[in-house]
Amino acid sequence: MTGFVSLSAAMARGFFRDRTAMFFTILFPLMFLVLFGGLFKDSGASKTDVLQIGSVPVLEQLPAEAAAGIGQVLAVERTDDRADALEQVRKGDKAAALEQVGGELIVHYSAADQVKSATVQGILESLVQEANLAAAGVTTPALKLSAKPVEDESLKAIQYMTPGLLGWAIATGATFGAALTLVTWRQKKILRRLRLSPVPVTSIISARVSVSIVIALVQSAIFIGVALLPYFGLQLADQWWGFIPIMIAGTLAFLSIGLLAGAVAKTAEAASAIANLITLPMAFLSGAFFPLEGAPEWLRTVSEFLPLKHLVSSMQDVMVRGEAFSVTLPDIGILLGFTVVLSAAAAALFRWDDA
Amino acid sequence: MSSAIKVEELRKSYGELRAVDGISFEVQAGEFFGILGPNGAGKTTTLEMVEGLRQPDSGTVSLFGESPWPRNPRLLPRIGVQLQASAFFERLTAREQIRTFASLYGVPARKADEWLGVVGLEDMADKRNEDLSGGQQQRLSIACALAHGPDLVFLDEPTSGLDPQARRNLWDVLRDINSQGRTVVLTTHYLDEAESLCDRVAIMDHGRILESGPPASLVRDLDAPTRISIESGVLTADAARTLADGVEVSDDGVSLTLATRTPAPVLSALAERDALRGLSVRGATLEDVFLHLTGREYRA
Repeated sequence: MTGFVSLSAAMARGFFRDRTAMFFTILFPLMFLVLFGGLFKDSGASKTDVLQIGSVPVLEQLPAEAAAGIGQVLAVERTDDRADALEQVRKGDKAAALEQVGGELIVHYSAADQVKSATVQGILESLVQEANLAAAGVTTPALKLSAKPVEDESLKAIQYMTPGLLGWAIATGATFGAALTLVTWRQKKILRRLRLSPVPVTSIISARVSVSIVIALVQSAIFIGVALLPYFGLQLADQWWGFIPIMIAGTLAFLSIGLLAGAVAKTAEAASAIANLITLPMAFLSGAFFPLEGAPEWLRTVSEFLPLKHLVSSMQDVMVRGEAFSVTLPDIGILLGFTVVLSAAAAALFRWDDA
Repeated sequence: MSSAIKVEELRKSYGELRAVDGISFEVQAGEFFGILGPNGAGKTTTLEMVEGLRQPDSGTVSLFGESPWPRNPRLLPRIGVQLQASAFFERLTAREQIRTFASLYGVPARKADEWLGVVGLEDMADKRNEDLSGGQQQRLSIACALAHGPDLVFLDEPTSGLDPQARRNLWDVLRDINSQGRTVVLTTHYLDEAESLCDRVAIMDHGRILESGPPASLVRDLDAPTRISIESGVLTADAARTLADGVEVSDDGVSLTLATRTPAPVLSALAERDALRGLSVRGATLEDVFLHLTGREYRA
């Protein structure tokens, strides 16, 4: 037990004093978050841009609640230049231009973007109907249409990027941590020295596992902390802390990948290269950097075989999609399965010594 | 005395190379034993098999009556090993290093710290191992090997790469360790080191032990001539030859050297002639023993 504690302390000190390791496991992924979080801050559920020509009482006299509802879907801008407004619609800069002439609401739209113009027409039609009903004295209509995007605000980039990049950071940290510890400890004869001490092999491995889990928790705290800043505006689901078990399972899976890389590699450089070769492409193929919803079928099939996909999608489910912790259980199982298989392979290839 | 190490007919080959080619030796408890030989003689491989780091192709090793291979946890607390390349955790201070190693054996931090004093590193306790000099690293690595108070200590080339002053300081540390009753096994390619420290040495070359015994008796058994040198020009070579029977004389222009098996009459004859300027007298050394055994000059 003392062996486990002191080895963990030695590893943790070694890590937190290593500026390069700190940079690549914590700052580097954070840079991606800051960069992408800043770049794609305003993307997400894009509103349909609509011009309002002159006064349009139907819109202006909407009750506050309805106006807010419309505001989530339509971005209405007022202009008095009719010709220019029509020109903008023609060029596709705006989805439609609205004009009210007496009791008639005119929607100028371009046939070029039928989807958007249909959206606008649909919404306005319901507005007109509601106004008609109100005029006829029906205050509680039997049927009412209210338009809301299903994603609410959740499609904002920061929402899928935080779990995605965090998953990638954890994967990278665990893989590099395990691979480099194994290789440098072998190269520097620390493994040999440990072999000559009565410390059990299980203590050495569990020390590495616990240090990696602590590092993953630190990464998570920093990531979530930064993403929660008002500038980025991450909104966590109620049970967001349910990501911790899947995060630990992911750490274990990537530790075993790292152990395998470290068992194969002879030098620290080779171990880094192998770890990079595994984690970087995986990040692109697993939806860590961008969502896979629009990806081709084959890519989505491939991603099912990658541990990072299971880590990231489960983390997204729990942290931002508001799913219960229980939905991550199958993914936890899959990641632990990866761990068992890869650790067995790493154990078979394990060498105390170079020669 | 009981035997701490017993090695019988140990062999290890790497492909065609017979690194260790059938060696046997015994080390008694409390002895300071040296394995001596040039680089590539098979010293390190021998030591690694004795420590249980390498499996012998054939032959047996027993430490305190137990086999060190495969990894034998009963034996490990009783042995302390200083590896050739100092094995340290990265970016830890000297104090953290020794505490970490000590705790692997359940030794408390306070006791571990005392060892820094023994090897004279108290002032360096807060320095990271990357910032220590070569000699300081060697001393730290010896302290790390000793922190759990092993009965049997293995030191692989502990003084290689050290300056003469640092070497001599380290020798004092090693003598102290041995005088506390610990058995010490040391490999070295410095013959003077073996001569100065070891109770007994085994001279190895090409994977075999050529000879073993106390350094003094190895030298004595050689029956090599004593070499007496004086400054050139004090005496002619011809005059020197007449001093005593069986004197071999050579003069390299700096020193005139007389090799003789009966140094006493030669020295008194030189004294009579007042020809002692620049006198030095050298008996045979382990180097001569090596030369005699292998028929070639010793090259570390």
